[in-house]
Amino acid sequence: MSARWKAAALVAPLLLFLLLVFVAPIGTFLFRAVQEADVAPVLPRTVSVLADWNGAAMPGDAAFTALAKDLREARTRDQETGGGAIARAAARLNADWPGFRSLLPMTARRIAAAEGPPREALLSISEDWGTPAVWGAIRRAGGPVSDFNLLAVLDLKRDAAGGITAAPADEAIFRGILWRTLWIGALATVICLAIGYPLAWLMATAPPRWVPFLVAGVMLPFWTSLIVRTAAWMVLLQREGVVNAALQATHLITEPLPLLFNRGAVLLAMVHILLPFMVLPIYGSLRALDWRLPRAAMSLGASPLRSFLRVSLPLSLPGVGAGCLLVFIQALGFYVTPALLGGANDQMVPYFVAFYASRTVNWGMAAALSVLLLLAVVLVVALYGRLVGFSKVRTA
Amino acid sequence: MLRRGMGAMVALGAVLLAAGGALAQGRDLTVVSWGGAYQDAQRDIFFRPFQQDTKSRLLEETWDGGVGVLRAKIQSGANNWDVVQVESEELLIGCEEGLFEKMDWSAIGGKERFIPSAVHECGVGNILYSFVLAYDKARTPTGPANWAEFFDTRKFPGKRGLRRGPKATLEIALLADGVPPGEVYKVLGTNAGVDRAFRKLDSIKGDLIWWERGSQPAQLLASGEVVTTVGYNGRITAANQGDGRNFGITWANNLFTLDSWVVMKGTPNKDKALQFINFVTQPARQAELPQRIPYGPTVKGAQDGLPPAVLANLPTAPANAEGALQLSDQFWLDNLDKLNQRFNTWVAR
Repeated sequence: MSARWKAAALVAPLLLFLLLVFVAPIGTFLFRAVQEADVAPVLPRTVSVLADWNGAAMPGDAAFTALAKDLREARTRDQETGGGAIARAAARLNADWPGFRSLLPMTARRIAAAEGPPREALLSISEDWGTPAVWGAIRRAGGPVSDFNLLAVLDLKRDAAGGITAAPADEAIFRGILWRTLWIGALATVICLAIGYPLAWLMATAPPRWVPFLVAGVMLPFWTSLIVRTAAWMVLLQREGVVNAALQATHLITEPLPLLFNRGAVLLAMVHILLPFMVLPIYGSLRALDWRLPRAAMSLGASPLRSFLRVSLPLSLPGVGAGCLLVFIQALGFYVTPALLGGANDQMVPYFVAFYASRTVNWGMAAALSVLLLLAVVLVVALYGRLVGFSKVRTA
Repeated sequence: MLRRGMGAMVALGAVLLAAGGALAQGRDLTVVSWGGAYQDAQRDIFFRPFQQDTKSRLLEETWDGGVGVLRAKIQSGANNWDVVQVESEELLIGCEEGLFEKMDWSAIGGKERFIPSAVHECGVGNILYSFVLAYDKARTPTGPANWAEFFDTRKFPGKRGLRRGPKATLEIALLADGVPPGEVYKVLGTNAGVDRAFRKLDSIKGDLIWWERGSQPAQLLASGEVVTTVGYNGRITAANQGDGRNFGITWANNLFTLDSWVVMKGTPNKDKALQFINFVTQPARQAELPQRIPYGPTVKGAQDGLPPAVLANLPTAPANAEGALQLSDQFWLDNLDKLNQRFNTWVAR
């Protein structure tokens, strides 16, 4: 018992480290996908009044009174602290009902000076307050948690009555992006395998004095930054780049080929970057292979192909499995390469995570897309565990 | 004697207190701009002369934009920035959120000194720049003469560069479709207008290359990747002057916007900040910047004495400003989320 406690104490720093720098920050970030923290602090009374509202007809006078009071207070608070709480609430509401970005600050500004009954005052500031959709958006964002962003990344949304419906066709984007991400990842994995397996075979069977050079050849790209390698492909592939110039000089083509900003360029660079992750595990399992076994198969009359298919290949499968898993999961997270080499049709989920995080500062959507990507990876790994089994995964 | 000694001690104490107070209160005026070659030019033309003129120190910082940065500065209660150069969108949001002091026009010579689009409740414009149509004269001696020809793939075969995003792109599509500049936002405010813009973009979708950073249009033109592109006028002219390129600019219906100076809320250096803004917006001083970098001045009369060769590259030159459209920040604040989604869906299809 005490030995077990000692062992636990020894790994405790590692667990604590993982918790602090890995689990906690990522968990906090992912929680933003469902968190609704922007609207309730600004409109506390309105949110609580709307909780009892059926969502179909117009809300009653109580909601108008609450909204007017909330906005007056929030504006005073914002002006004192420069907190921008109204603007943040407006940004969140705008994602649900476009127009809120100006409606809420404008209403807050004018309601401060308005007199008379709140309903008339609000309706005279903007007729939009007379539509249930506006109030529905406030209720949906009332929090503390909601599925707004998670539904949005699945191209779904809630209608006025609270049921889940499909997003309009001209806004439905993310399912297609997810399939594309998985498809590009799968293509990159298959190409890496097709190139990587023969290469690993060559390395495992080459005369010993050649091996260091072959290993160095595989490792060399590892030691160059990913961005530099991607940028190098831009130089090579562009319209007046090295490849087109060489092809034209040899009169193979007359007009330069459009090699950049398409799927081919993305896959080419991804395979270049990911190849070592495929070659090294396969090389490891081929090195560990007992070469007397295929020889025995051949001495018993099996053809070289049959001996490979029945003996060598099954014995190297753990390396193949590890390589495919490594390459596929990394491929799903590629951002820089498609962004620089791809066209508009070649951007994957990570591009949109970055788009929402840095361009539109919509952390909820960025987090929801991250959850989507994470779930896709978990699903793939679980499927792999089910079909192949983790006990067979062995890296070099 | 004793009393004198006491007096000296008290005086010394007062001086020390005052010095302490001065350390806490009297930091030097801090001016924040975009860095790079642009801020180098600002330093020579504005910052150094201001220090010499007022015999005071001025600290410089740089930033990359984003209203979140300004918000964090104000909320932390430890804001150390006084005058900041902001883009029009930050001006609008920051003013609404109370991050900036209201502009004291009497301290900087009155609104009448400036062109109308440079006047705002919280800021004063300091440069004006444009999205323009650019092409490489080395390859295409006469490029597209207007946005309609930008969309004409028969007359100008090859790829075209557009900024990835709905802002400016949809306006250009409508202008190309024959909507007069004054009605672009009226049309774009309706669903039918947005459909119309996307239909126009659809007609050349296969020939489009999307760029994201301001440095890319010049690179795409230089490498022959595109036959024509939308770009920032300053970058295109800079490539001509610095890299020996021969890019042509078509100014017809260019889309312009402004950067502004703002004074951060609650700064102890407010008077100094206004003095600085007044100093750098004197016509003679503003006139020096376009000779280094082709951004348009915002003070009336600043470009009167400029040589014709400099004036020809400015978005504020009368010939270039003819038919120009100011990007509407209010429209984009309201509609960016919705149109981003629609644009991303369209572009990925």
